[in-house]
Amino acid sequence: MTKNKAKVGVYICHCGSNIAGVVDVKDVAAYAQGLPSVAAVKDYVYMCSDPGQNIIKEDIKHLGLNRVVVACCSPSLHELTFRRACQEAGLNPYLFQQANIREQCSWVTEDAALATVKAKALVSGAVSRVVHQEPLEKREVEINPNTLVIGGGIAGIQAALEIADGGYKVYLVEKTPSVGGHMAQLDKTFPTLDCSSCILTPKMTQAGSHPNIELMVYSEVEEISGYVGNFKVKVRKKAKYVDEEKCTGCGICQTKCPIRVDSEFDAGIGKRKAIYTPFAQAVPNVPVIVAEECTYFIKGKCRACEKFCEPGAIDFEQKDEIVEIDVGAIIASTGYGVFDPTPMAHYGYGRLDNVITSLEFERLVSSAGPTGGKIQLKDGSTPTSIAIAHCIGSRDEKYHEYCSRVCCMYALKYSHLIKEKTEADVYQMYIDMRCFGKGYEEFYKRLSEEGVKFIRGKVGEVTDRAISDEEKGKLIVLAEDSLLGNVMRVPVDMVILCVALEPQADAENTARKLGISRSADGFYLERHPKLDPVATTTDGVFVAGCCQGPKDIPDTVAQASAAAARALAMISKGKVEVEAATAHIDEERCSGCRICNDLCPFSSITFDEEKKVSRVNDALCKGCGVCVAACPSGIISGRHFTAEQIIAEIEGVLA
Amino acid sequence: MSFEPKILGVLCKWCSYAGADLAGTSRKKYAPNVRVVRVNCTGRVEPTFVLKAFEKGADGVLIAGCHPGDCHYLEGNYKALRRFQLLKKMLAQMGIDDGRVRLEWISASEGERFAVVVNEMTERVRKLGPFAKNGGSNG
Amino acid sequence: MAKLKVAFYWAASCGGCEIAQLEIGEKILKVAEVADIVFWPVAIDAKYKDVEAMADGSIDVCLFNGAIRNSEQEHLAHMLRKKSKVMIAYGSCAYEGGVPGLANMFDRASIFERVYHETPSTNNKHKVFPEPSHKVHEGVLCIPEFNDTVKTLRQTVDVDYIIPGCPPEEKTTWLALTALIEGKLPPKGTVITDNVKAVCDDCPRKRDVKKVKKVYRTYEIITDPEICLLEQGLLCAGVATRGGCGAPCPQANMPCTGCYGPVEGAIDQGAHFISAMASVIDSKDPDEIQKIIDDIHDPVGTVYRYSLPDSLLRRARIQ
Repeated sequence: MTKNKAKVGVYICHCGSNIAGVVDVKDVAAYAQGLPSVAAVKDYVYMCSDPGQNIIKEDIKHLGLNRVVVACCSPSLHELTFRRACQEAGLNPYLFQQANIREQCSWVTEDAALATVKAKALVSGAVSRVVHQEPLEKREVEINPNTLVIGGGIAGIQAALEIADGGYKVYLVEKTPSVGGHMAQLDKTFPTLDCSSCILTPKMTQAGSHPNIELMVYSEVEEISGYVGNFKVKVRKKAKYVDEEKCTGCGICQTKCPIRVDSEFDAGIGKRKAIYTPFAQAVPNVPVIVAEECTYFIKGKCRACEKFCEPGAIDFEQKDEIVEIDVGAIIASTGYGVFDPTPMAHYGYGRLDNVITSLEFERLVSSAGPTGGKIQLKDGSTPTSIAIAHCIGSRDEKYHEYCSRVCCMYALKYSHLIKEKTEADVYQMYIDMRCFGKGYEEFYKRLSEEGVKFIRGKVGEVTDRAISDEEKGKLIVLAEDSLLGNVMRVPVDMVILCVALEPQADAENTARKLGISRSADGFYLERHPKLDPVATTTDGVFVAGCCQGPKDIPDTVAQASAAAARALAMISKGKVEVEAATAHIDEERCSGCRICNDLCPFSSITFDEEKKVSRVNDALCKGCGVCVAACPSGIISGRHFTAEQIIAEIEGVLA
Repeated sequence: MSFEPKILGVLCKWCSYAGADLAGTSRKKYAPNVRVVRVNCTGRVEPTFVLKAFEKGADGVLIAGCHPGDCHYLEGNYKALRRFQLLKKMLAQMGIDDGRVRLEWISASEGERFAVVVNEMTERVRKLGPFAKNGGSNG
Repeated sequence: MAKLKVAFYWAASCGGCEIAQLEIGEKILKVAEVADIVFWPVAIDAKYKDVEAMADGSIDVCLFNGAIRNSEQEHLAHMLRKKSKVMIAYGSCAYEGGVPGLANMFDRASIFERVYHETPSTNNKHKVFPEPSHKVHEGVLCIPEFNDTVKTLRQTVDVDYIIPGCPPEEKTTWLALTALIEGKLPPKGTVITDNVKAVCDDCPRKRDVKKVKKVYRTYEIITDPEICLLEQGLLCAGVATRGGCGAPCPQANMPCTGCYGPVEGAIDQGAHFISAMASVIDSKDPDEIQKIIDDIHDPVGTVYRYSLPDSLLRRARIQ
């Protein structure tokens, strides 16, 4: 089909009176008749109706039209409709062009005569453009049925299990020695107060033993290349110095190791050894040696663990290993970091004893924690009063503007646990109580009746400078009660800072590897906040859990299942359709200047060092055209948005 | 008859074109002088398009896309911004009034704003008068 | 076989093209074997009336250099077109307007004002400006009329081929002459070079991804001789310029200024260069972007150094 033989059919829709009531459609039709290459012009009351579409189909078949223009509503409404109609009549759908004479003409123009002039211009633009349009084929790529899940918290576990249960292989990569994530650190979960590890441990075990799940703990994703359906991933399996095959998980090594360091799992309030499993129910139950902490690695002697290990599982010679895996889809469930309140000096964290963070309190109150669940002060005594300060680092323009969404609820949970275990008075100092989930408001109401004192006001300061006898030896919490309008000084024994959930420290790096972007708050950006909250701008990469934004366990699990469903849907289809309107570099004319290389937001442009030309990977290209516009040689063409087509439309609308 | 400027509108399909559609669905009346060409992204807009429009009889060019940070293709609008700022400097040197070319961020929810921008620009270009196609040269 | 009849002419140009035609060196003897020069104001004695007397189409090839600045050049362009079978725009000025074309930033009035009045070395109290005709006692004196706008040869007459460059490199000239001598002419309208890709293709410098944080003028920076000049912040137009020159400028540590014109198929060299250059500015902050752009002191002179009259805007709008 050559351009000079273009036969364009132009169809003007009345849209009832929506268009015809303002625009003189007959006049527009007469005008269109006079445009070059136009072979047929018709107007009809509703072009999008079946009879309307049939007019087009008949004309394509009987008049041999090879281009179609419909002047009607916005292409966002009916572009697909008319493309399909064209296709059904045997015309490539990309040979259709829509002129928007309703939303952008009849509905917005007061003067009927001027509206008609504008409608003519828009039709002229569409005709002028369509002549230059070329047929494109939708392309499909095969999907590798394996999935990579990055992050073994509850989100990752859930997603991995869903997919594995669906019968497909999952690589679950976790950077710490065990799956479980933050949820494993929690004592009880709100609002039901069921024990976190009781509901999590079975899932962890399942993930560890599922035949379709290849668990890669103490491992990190190094590099991701490829595109939807065909990702190549390099995973660094860090040396554990323990032979997984031989280790029985007896734990004797951990007892014998002489080195004690702060336990990350216990949020620093407990200790662990240089050879350790993070917690008793760790999956897999295989310890790792931290070389930087181990006496043998530092001083060249000790090997206590090795001596006592009956199966001989200790292997000081182990090296990091790079494993390459091929997957079709990737689910990022890398979780969150916890805000460090040290910079907020007025709260005294790190300076005043018994000012602790919420995560530290979780470990304190956990029956598997360092105190066996006993709520106690640094000196071992039981507190008689505790203040819970909300929104530390959240809803704070200096730190994180967003609400961390879980703090109000876990703060309520703490009240309950404190009341359950001690006689202490509990003060909740909050900005707003946000109890939005199922059963949350009821939980709040129940706690209000348990004698918890609610003070509506953000904590301004925590100090140990007493101004009365009553305050001596206490932590004094200063807060403005915004309901009463007075500043309160509340002497307590312990202050729990409800610290913000924030993006993982390495979120930027991970996002770069994944080729996804982050929103202003630093969390991974979903493709659409409402309609596509699990996909990302990179096809085949999905997000689940707190890496996308703070959320509670139910929401995390729901999103993880959704991400798994998306991955499964892709896998079960076996193929994925990729953008047809992609950019194309004419290698015969590319000078290899490399202007375009770094512009592509989807890293779809590579440079062939040998041939000295740049190349677009069709499967990665989304057709945005940023490289097309940048090419100083004008030799990158944006399919369906070529310079020729756009300029033709510009000339058309200005004619 | 008073001078009716012809203005080319180049709108990104995700935000500004949708914003213009919204102006329509909310029946917001505005000047009919802007003729819209839809592109995927403002990042697709070549300075050539602007010059071509002037060559082909436009009196002004309005480019509109997603707000910074909202680009469907992550950063296309930033690239448009860079090109636009340099183009503007070149156009100023060429004696082309600032009011004839405009880059705006208009989201899909800003139908009202689209109408306001179109009206403002139309009035400004109307005051500037027709663009001298041949440069006002007499030989 | 009869010898080819060849004419040369220079319009608004510096004379460099005339020299460039001789750069082919001893190959000129080969040309002399097959061609007779019938008109060449700089080298042989022939008058306009001699040309006028020639039959239409009697010149085989006219190599026309220089832009069209005044009525005389316009007249000669038309005359030579009529007399020549093949009209070749030789060099940037004839092709795109060239450096004289930058005068399109001004108009006749402002140019005269500057040249004949304002310049410090000029004493012209009475503002006597050139006039096309002037009555004196003996009769009327005429000089060519100075146009407002510089035009390219193509904007004046029908042109068959283009030899680009300021001036064209010897190898480009020879490429065209060989085609003429051998009678193997490319399709009409061809810009004759041995490379349709941009100058980068000829340039031996190492190229990487591009991110420009600061723009420099040549005297402000000592460049790395191995690395792409644009990557080092110099406004090298090579990316947007047709190759075939062999990239002599970047190899001499000077950025390409764009004399071979746009790459085949590109619409407006300057617009493409602006788009490319701006795209690789490494900032998302409007103020920072502006700061980087502020260092580009003369965008028009930079991106349209040789092609302003041939650009889409053709000239500045003078209020």
